Amino acid sequence: MADLSIAIDDPAARTARRRYAINRTIIYGLLLLFSAVYLLPLAVVVMNSFRPLPEIAQHGLINFPRTIQFSAWIDAWSTYCINGTCEGMKRNFFNSLYMTIPATIISTFLGALNGYILSKWRFPGSEFLFTCMLLGVFIPGQIALLPWAYLLGQLGLQNSVQGLVLVHVIQGLSFTTLFCRNFYVSIPDDLIKAARIDGAGFWRIFRKIVLPISPPILIVTVIWQFTGIWNEFLFGVVLTSGREQPITAALVALAASETNVRNYDVMSAGVLIGALPPLLIY
Amino acid sequence: MEQVGVQPSGSLREWLGRNLPILILIPSLIGSLTYVFVFTGWTMYISLSDSSLLPSYGWVGFENYASLWSSRRWNIAYSNLFFYSTFYVLGAMGIGLILAILIDQRVRAESGWRTIFLYPLAVSFVVTGTVWSWLYSPAAGIEFLVKSLGFENFEFALTASRDYAIYAIMITGIWQSSGFAMALFLAGLRSVDQDLVRAAQIDGASTFRTYRKVLLPSIRPIFLAVAVIMLQFAIKTFDLVVALTGGGPGIATTFPAIYVYDLMFQRGQIAQGAGAAIMMLVALAVVLVPYAFYMAWRRRREAGHG
Amino acid sequence: MTLEADDGEFIALVGPSGCGKSTLLNMIAGLETVTSGEIYIGDRLVNSVPPKDRDIAMVFQSYALYPTMSVRENITFGMESRGVPKAEQNAAVDRVAAFLQIEPLLKRKPGQLSGGQRQRVAMGRALVRDPKLFLFDEPLSNLDAKLRVDMRTEIKKLHAKVGKTTVYVTHDQVEAMTLASRIAVMYRGELQQFDRPHNVYSRPANLFVAGFMGSPSMNFLPGKTEPSGIRLESGDLLATPVPSGASENVILGLRPEHIHRADAETLARRPNSARVTAAVEVVEPTGAETIVVMRLGQQEIVGRFAPDMAPSVDETVELALDMDHACLFDPTTERLL
Repeated sequence: MADLSIAIDDPAARTARRRYAINRTIIYGLLLLFSAVYLLPLAVVVMNSFRPLPEIAQHGLINFPRTIQFSAWIDAWSTYCINGTCEGMKRNFFNSLYMTIPATIISTFLGALNGYILSKWRFPGSEFLFTCMLLGVFIPGQIALLPWAYLLGQLGLQNSVQGLVLVHVIQGLSFTTLFCRNFYVSIPDDLIKAARIDGAGFWRIFRKIVLPISPPILIVTVIWQFTGIWNEFLFGVVLTSGREQPITAALVALAASETNVRNYDVMSAGVLIGALPPLLIY
Repeated sequence: MEQVGVQPSGSLREWLGRNLPILILIPSLIGSLTYVFVFTGWTMYISLSDSSLLPSYGWVGFENYASLWSSRRWNIAYSNLFFYSTFYVLGAMGIGLILAILIDQRVRAESGWRTIFLYPLAVSFVVTGTVWSWLYSPAAGIEFLVKSLGFENFEFALTASRDYAIYAIMITGIWQSSGFAMALFLAGLRSVDQDLVRAAQIDGASTFRTYRKVLLPSIRPIFLAVAVIMLQFAIKTFDLVVALTGGGPGIATTFPAIYVYDLMFQRGQIAQGAGAAIMMLVALAVVLVPYAFYMAWRRRREAGHG
Repeated sequence: MTLEADDGEFIALVGPSGCGKSTLLNMIAGLETVTSGEIYIGDRLVNSVPPKDRDIAMVFQSYALYPTMSVRENITFGMESRGVPKAEQNAAVDRVAAFLQIEPLLKRKPGQLSGGQRQRVAMGRALVRDPKLFLFDEPLSNLDAKLRVDMRTEIKKLHAKVGKTTVYVTHDQVEAMTLASRIAVMYRGELQQFDRPHNVYSRPANLFVAGFMGSPSMNFLPGKTEPSGIRLESGDLLATPVPSGASENVILGLRPEHIHRADAETLARRPNSARVTAAVEVVEPTGAETIVVMRLGQQEIVGRFAPDMAPSVDETVELALDMDHACLFDPTTERLL
């Protein structure tokens, strides 16, 4: 196909070649078109975070930068006022980080352990218990709002990042257990049997045999948990307020506090700050 | 368990060894099962109580559900949900399928294309909603752009209109989730036995016919799974609407999830809010329970054949 | 069911899939709990002894080599679990590696090995334990046909050298015949016969064993007893002494290799042969021998001939059925008479 000099003078072959070329053009054309739509919002935020506000007002949001400024990033990070406090999004960013990292690690580790038990150390009733845990995947967060608010209050964790960590660990367990169990089911049972005959116990098998084969599923689980927890909004906005809020809740507050003049430049930078960690981990 | 006390200490160790897996599982089980059963039960109880700003346990039966279903706002919310879910699921699956088929044509830089269509998944609904709300803004977004290109009469003010704001949510929702559908479809297409494709080619089927008659029918279960997952997303839709329209203009784009949040934490009617949350659970059950039964039935049938 | 293996014996558990042979092996290994009955290894009742303390080693069908460890680590994993000193571990690995000729593989990962090499490593892992009892769970069924025959010989040599008691599970009756000192045939969770290979083959205890052992399998010809012999459905009367317990109906079992052409030499050599006439339907040369499917009345019978003695299709042949090797079964109890 690449070398047209071997063109054989066969009309059927020639039409086939032409058809192929047309097909390819259509395929890549469509892909380019879709990509443009998918990338447009990203391009808009990235560019606007570097454009001065008057320029945005004059030429609209969807346009290329004529001059470049970095002040919006600094404002958004450390000085911009949200809900009356003027220290930018830095605090909320770190709230999100302190919430997401422990919650991801704990829920993934427990999920791996649960998955290992539920696939390789089954006991009577374990399948039933697994099914019950699975229901947690489907339950809408709204159901748990009041109970969490009450429970965190009782535990003295209301309006705290630690409280959110607890919420996300418990809610994430269903997912992480499901992921890991389904992966571990595909590990041959013979491997575990061989290790038991070799004298290895529960922990040794987990540490020496199961964990070393686990990186693929652990990576998937960590990505899933990290993006899910980082991007979560409902619990953040309900269970915390003001300075304790994670970045998603702060972003909404930022957008809502703008009534008249829209500071698109600062908000673009803010949005990017909020979107960056999951994009990076992706 | 009651034997422990009777037996010598050596066998206590043995008992511990034998039951170690269960013991390790217990904390997770307590957490998960509390979340699944206790929380649901409690919310259900609240929905049948006379709670207002704070939980209280006076029994009022289905009163809250009655006032819920007579609320105009709730009716708008759930009819929005029906309308939105239908087009959101169809749209995301349609575009997802087109993308999957395009990428399946042995294109160059496949993983590059895939990343482009998948990255919205990594971004929160809050971010997506905020950015798209700018694009929909008549003063600076798409309308401004097209007008500045010379089409002075162009109007694209979806979010400002009571009738069209829901389409803005739909478009954004589809933009965010079609990549997910694409990934699942693509995985499905790749898992089809390549001999089937070769057989179809030798039978002289065109690419189009190969997909329509051979490939797509053999990934039918994936269509169903994607639809169920998407429906689940639709029912839980919350952040996107908050960031995009805030439920407005007025109450035009209220969704059940927003209604729950509003009643519980803005208006102090937690009993009715709990009722609305339970209705969301019912909606999910309506989607998931038949699917679970269908899957169980299919598995049994397959086992019967095998 | 009672099975007892003498010291150094090679027991093959054979049967179709789902007959309970793997469950039995898992119970011996301690991987499945025994609900009733007793298992002894040596003089020790091991019902509640965990697998690691049973002094056994096991080779699995999938080899079950730990994929993230090197061959050396795979072999030493068990010793490490038991806290054997490093120097001793190394000595043991070297000894086993030399024995199985896998020294060049020690640094590799299982994923880099061929099927036969993995098989050797799996055996090395078992050998290094120097256990009382070896357990093999269909160890050859993942290998291709040629390698399987080679490895079968290897296992036989290995057993001769090591001389440890071995329980070997397989669904392949040829493996069982070639390897075992005694064969236990299982079917539907029950022991059908437990005997030396020759006896299992030539005097199968019942119809199931008779049909399962041997390929092509034994011919079963229904007939009625008469004072002078057995009358087949085809009308042929086969002269043979009828055992005293026989009822009116019997099933005559005859292996394909005991069907010969009725030439003078055969008849002279095997005076207890019964003569019948059959029509040849299919001829399947396999090289060393030729399998011939024939029709005797309504009944299909299979014979095994030397290539130069094989008839051709559509020919009508005179056959001599060697009644010295015939087995008679009771059709209701299915047992050997």
